[in-house]
Amino acid sequence: MRLIALLLAFLFSSMSAPVLAQQAAQIVAENRDQIEKPSRQTIGPVITALAESGDPMADDILAAWEAKRLVIRKADGAMFISAPDGAGFTLTALDGAAAGTATKGEIVELKPNAGVRGLISTALVQFTLSDPDPVKRQAALDSIAKDPKAEALTPLRASIAGETDATLKAQKERLERLLTLRFDPDSAARVAAIDSFGADLGLDLRGALNPILATTIVAATEPPAANIDRTLRVGRDVDPVAAYEILVAAGLAPARLTLDVQRDALIANLKDGMVGGVALADLDSRAARDRAYTALEDQGAVPFAATDDEAAAALAAYQFYEVYTETDPAVTAAAKAALDAIGTKVGVMQTADLALDGLSLASIYFLAAIGLAITFGVMGVINMAHGEFITIGAYTGYVVQLYITDYTASIIVALPLAFAITFAAGVAMERLVIRHLYKRPLETLLATFGISIALQQILKNVFGTQARPLTSPAWLDGAWVLNDVVSISYIRIAIFVLALVFLGFFLWLMKRTRLGLEVRAVTQNPTMAASMGINPDRINMLTFGLGSGIAGIAGVAIGLFAKVTSELGTDYIVQSFMTVVVGGVGNIWGTLAGATMIGGLQKVIEFFNPSNTLAAQTYMILFIILFIQVRPRGIIALRGRAAGD
Amino acid sequence: MKLTRRALLASSLASLAVPRIAFAQGETIKIGVLHSLSGTMAISETTLKDTMLMLIEAQNAKGGLLGKQLEAVVVDPASDWPLFAEKARELLTVDKVDVMFGCWTSVSRKSVLPVIEELNGLLFYPVQYEGEESSKNVFYTGAAPNQQAIPAVDYYLNELGVTKFALLGTDYVYPRTTNNILEAYLISKGIPKEDIFVNYTPFGHSDWSKIVGDVVALGADGKKVGVISTINGDANIGFYKELAAAGVTADTLPVVAFSVGEEELSGLDTTNLAGHLAAWNYFMSADTPENAAFIAQWKAFIKDDARVTNDPMEAHYIGFNMWVNAVTAAGTTAVDAVSDAMIGQTFPNLTGGMSEMLANHHLTKPVLIGEIRADGQFDIISQTDPVPGDAWTDFLPESAVLEADWKDLKCGMYNTETKTCVQLTSNY
Amino acid sequence: MRPLLQPRHRSMLVFLAGLAIFTIGVTIAAQFGLVSTSFVKTLGKTLCLCLAALAMDLIWGYAGILSLGHMAFFALGGYMIGMWLMYARTEEIVIASLMNSGLPATPEEVQQGIATQIFGVVGASDLPAIWGFAHSLPLQLMLVLAVPGVLALVFGWLAFRSRVTGVYLSILTQAMTLALALYLFQNDSGLRGNNGLSGLQNIPGMDAVGQETISLWFFWASALALGVVYVLLHAIVAGKFGSVIRAIRDDEARVRFLGYSVESYKLFVFTLTAVITAFAGALYYPQAGIINPAELAPIASIYLAVWVAIGGRGRLYGAVIGAAVVSLLSSWFTGGRVPSIPLGFATINWVDWWQVLLGLTFVAVTLFAPKGIGGVFDRLTGVHTPDRKGAPLGPDDGSLQEREAQQ
Repeated sequence: MRLIALLLAFLFSSMSAPVLAQQAAQIVAENRDQIEKPSRQTIGPVITALAESGDPMADDILAAWEAKRLVIRKADGAMFISAPDGAGFTLTALDGAAAGTATKGEIVELKPNAGVRGLISTALVQFTLSDPDPVKRQAALDSIAKDPKAEALTPLRASIAGETDATLKAQKERLERLLTLRFDPDSAARVAAIDSFGADLGLDLRGALNPILATTIVAATEPPAANIDRTLRVGRDVDPVAAYEILVAAGLAPARLTLDVQRDALIANLKDGMVGGVALADLDSRAARDRAYTALEDQGAVPFAATDDEAAAALAAYQFYEVYTETDPAVTAAAKAALDAIGTKVGVMQTADLALDGLSLASIYFLAAIGLAITFGVMGVINMAHGEFITIGAYTGYVVQLYITDYTASIIVALPLAFAITFAAGVAMERLVIRHLYKRPLETLLATFGISIALQQILKNVFGTQARPLTSPAWLDGAWVLNDVVSISYIRIAIFVLALVFLGFFLWLMKRTRLGLEVRAVTQNPTMAASMGINPDRINMLTFGLGSGIAGIAGVAIGLFAKVTSELGTDYIVQSFMTVVVGGVGNIWGTLAGATMIGGLQKVIEFFNPSNTLAAQTYMILFIILFIQVRPRGIIALRGRAAGD
Repeated sequence: MKLTRRALLASSLASLAVPRIAFAQGETIKIGVLHSLSGTMAISETTLKDTMLMLIEAQNAKGGLLGKQLEAVVVDPASDWPLFAEKARELLTVDKVDVMFGCWTSVSRKSVLPVIEELNGLLFYPVQYEGEESSKNVFYTGAAPNQQAIPAVDYYLNELGVTKFALLGTDYVYPRTTNNILEAYLISKGIPKEDIFVNYTPFGHSDWSKIVGDVVALGADGKKVGVISTINGDANIGFYKELAAAGVTADTLPVVAFSVGEEELSGLDTTNLAGHLAAWNYFMSADTPENAAFIAQWKAFIKDDARVTNDPMEAHYIGFNMWVNAVTAAGTTAVDAVSDAMIGQTFPNLTGGMSEMLANHHLTKPVLIGEIRADGQFDIISQTDPVPGDAWTDFLPESAVLEADWKDLKCGMYNTETKTCVQLTSNY
Repeated sequence: MRPLLQPRHRSMLVFLAGLAIFTIGVTIAAQFGLVSTSFVKTLGKTLCLCLAALAMDLIWGYAGILSLGHMAFFALGGYMIGMWLMYARTEEIVIASLMNSGLPATPEEVQQGIATQIFGVVGASDLPAIWGFAHSLPLQLMLVLAVPGVLALVFGWLAFRSRVTGVYLSILTQAMTLALALYLFQNDSGLRGNNGLSGLQNIPGMDAVGQETISLWFFWASALALGVVYVLLHAIVAGKFGSVIRAIRDDEARVRFLGYSVESYKLFVFTLTAVITAFAGALYYPQAGIINPAELAPIASIYLAVWVAIGGRGRLYGAVIGAAVVSLLSSWFTGGRVPSIPLGFATINWVDWWQVLLGLTFVAVTLFAPKGIGGVFDRLTGVHTPDRKGAPLGPDDGSLQEREAQQ
């Protein structure tokens, strides 16, 4: 196996300038300082020398260096390749001889930065492109893809034929075409490579095509002999100020006078309290300073600065051309056509991605609000401590993970446990506080607010102010990737599914069970319900417990994708209330509609103003305020008797 | 003095003050600790309060200072910015502290500034900040932008070959100003403005999927993209979780953070984040005897083996020790004398080398760049020589002409063009 | 005009006398150095909070509208006065600095200098358009009342017109203050984002006057404002207008059927209280020294309601007492000056447990003493809630409505 590597190394070294075969250890020794503190900008020759040394140890040394396994023994300063071995390390000398073991305290690991590691892995490509280990071949491909270089084209092409793994082969072929369209000397081959992709959505393709279309703006009196994209018209395609700056930068026109330069010039020419015939005391306006400066210009004391008219004349005298840095017009035309085709598709996909993001945010809001939809929507109780129930749920998840280290099992335990705990808390709160306040809704708001600040502080005292880790199981890691544009993380999909499950659960509970029937009866007319043999106390208690319990489960879910702190719930409480109110109180479909609208709209605003997420939230709330003016009872308003009042 | 205290007790609520360490030992030197113990910033600042208590305890064990014991006066400004000013005034006028160590956010510092300048107090500020300030009464032991942000960007440009930048930050003054400086710096390095993507999110932001998607899409034009994150506090947790979920590795899209340290990483699982970067002046993994001793002292004091140390803690450690030495040198705790003695003080960094207090009230510090490891610690992959802190950045035209020098010029905002002191007090 | 010494004016006279004695007492104590400057500031700020609580009492206790957004007006008032304070102080500095620069300054240079000084910190260098009036104290003082007033007018008109009532209105007002806070948090809002306006305690042109004097001035101003507004609100609630708004609180529909324009009354009360709150804010922030968007967070407005509830709704002195007691206790407990209680197995450190105590007290007050601290005064003066044998007093049976209606 080493034979192939050697062969390839030979191939390489015969291509570049011949280097004296040298022992790798010797090269390392000669460049010891550089290797200990490498910089990407200077280490190149050393890595090349090692890679081309022909010493079979060279790739071991490079691989060890890249993996931060090259170490220095503190005792004698000797350098070794290390491999972790129990608590300590097994050392191998650079010439391949075994050199015993060492503990962590006895050695210093060399830690090359990511840039240097990139160079090393590029150098290792020649050894690993045809390595029998598919993992190494994959790494080699990744390294080329990350940093495409013309030199990689030849070995890559050479390795395709011998590739046995179908996936890797496809990757290699794709990479080969990507490199071809950028670096192949033959124009026709490049155009063919570009055309072969069609409207592919890969980020790597756009990454290869866009540099081909890089342009610069050139000012000239007649079209330059270059690959011209288009002629720019001043005022329409290019801003006159920017255009003039191009002229100044090219030395084609004098610079405009800035206020600072003017001021300095005036101070410099100050004589006996006068500048250019204007008294110093009068220089407190722009007009006076301009007059003084013009006078100085006439005296020849200061350089002439371009006036507006001169600047306009200079702009008129020149044409501005956008010129490709790529000189081959056939290639730029093909690239442009390909990118245009891709652009449309990317636009569609971006919309799809935005919709997914909006849907995901909506499901999070829905999950956070569904408990409120029960307590507030059905019972009419404002529970400001709802946010804290969410927090309690998240902390439950954290505590369970302390005891059950298997993440999957811990989540399975945490979900019902969070429900149980917050259900109990909700029932306790209903019994102790809320049932005394059913006639005073505004005071429920304040009493539950009191509970909210007390609970939040207690959580802070118990768990500390630090964020606590709540880690999702491995099967929820990563993202579902449709293509390079559309993707969504599994954890968000899970939350979406959870939200759907609770929607179904809620509908089933309300429409299909005795409890639901009783809840609806108590909500509409408690006195009548009581006379029908329903115990309104019990129903209220259960309903409130249920709403709180769902908040607990929402807490686990939210904790999984965001942070777990005592302020977790506070972030969602106002949003949740608005979700319920916008959607229409007392109707779960309304809550769903509210969450969808808020989540979706927020993403749309973010799309239009990507640099300021805060603005999106501000305008979202503003929109809600206005929306409630138009539809005070929300999107889906209950009518008739169900509306209650 | 005693009479006043008794009268106060009778007349006002504020003076129900009972000094925590009683009068028994006669006169003490009082040290105000002005860190939020409740509210949103408690997450970061409580640790610093404990650090101060530890340092003071250790100093007392060494026999105190000037023959007197040190006494900590701890107050809680509760992450409420106006309360910072109120508590600072209380510390200076009611408790009559000799020095204060405190504040974390820029806005809390700006709130305290007018009070300590009016009453001529002394504050040690231990957090990396946006610069553009030098007060006669403040010693900045955290990093100025040129001691953290600029070297990190240089690392991106030189070592990683990044040519397109995404500056992500929480919407407040530190990220805003830092990003402004970085933008000017990058443009001066030939990065076109359209290759700098800026985004601001609210505090505690948790919905990162779109922003991460936007950043990944930046790579579409074939340039190497790097993220510079000034995202603050617990918003980072959601951000890194989203990065990990989106499969963004440090190889393809490195993230360098200025506000993420060991403490923040303890709130999440870092296995998928290995290789992302942070720039600080201190990492817990620094391999020096001083650091080992400091960590051992901290763990013993806090009685928890899992606790980590971080950069602002080192800043307090250096600041406190320099203050102790300055007081010893001046022979008094009087603010003016100590301020003068502070300039030129040197003290060993925990990461090796000496740090020196400059005439602009900033420190010289080495800049360290670390890669996140799976265990939540950092691999130090680059350490510069000590960099002198620059109060006024050289990369913004308005600030480039300004200079701070409390030794010769006696001015914190000196215009080198007009050769005048713009103002003696600070810009709030 | 009936004589002032009528029983229904008694509470007002007692209050004014108490306020006067308190103000004189604090002033004398401060003169003799018995009260620190920081405590005078705390007291002055507390008086401003009491003023805001008065307004809150009018709108909630009397008109039954639980606004959870009034601190937005408080902060807006602070911002408006803060803009002038910052601008004028910076202008002094900039002009002094430009004097030395070789040429007399042009107005543009002064403007630019001020902008750089104020906004350099937050990474901008142009003066936003909203600072257009900041150079003039009278204009900006007008804005202190006009901006919150117009905002309240527009918001109230929209909300009341759509018949948004009860908890919906509470949530809507909460949304308003949240939106405003988020807006101000943005740097682009032109009010320095999260940093807000700072250094407000330095009054332009008064560098020579020490804070110990300025704090007293503001203390007096706050006390005076509190006294004047108390008299004003007392006049309002004691007259026919007061009867109408109480009637709206107790049964809105009935009042509407009687031919009153309920919406106009509500809108008037909403706007008036917004303006009073803004005025309180304008007095508060120069004493606090800094204002930033965190001051508008929804929780601040909820606290305002908490103070009024603890003090006792539907009686003006109740609001004042509630605000004073809770905010002073709060600053006492968070000051770390309250001795911890060792329980053996754990220590109750009040910095950590004060919020819990406050929250639970609040629940207890709501449940067991809906009249709040004001109820104690009822007991003392022999006023008892009429026993209606279970018949409802109205939808909001927390406060003493029937008796008030008789007054």
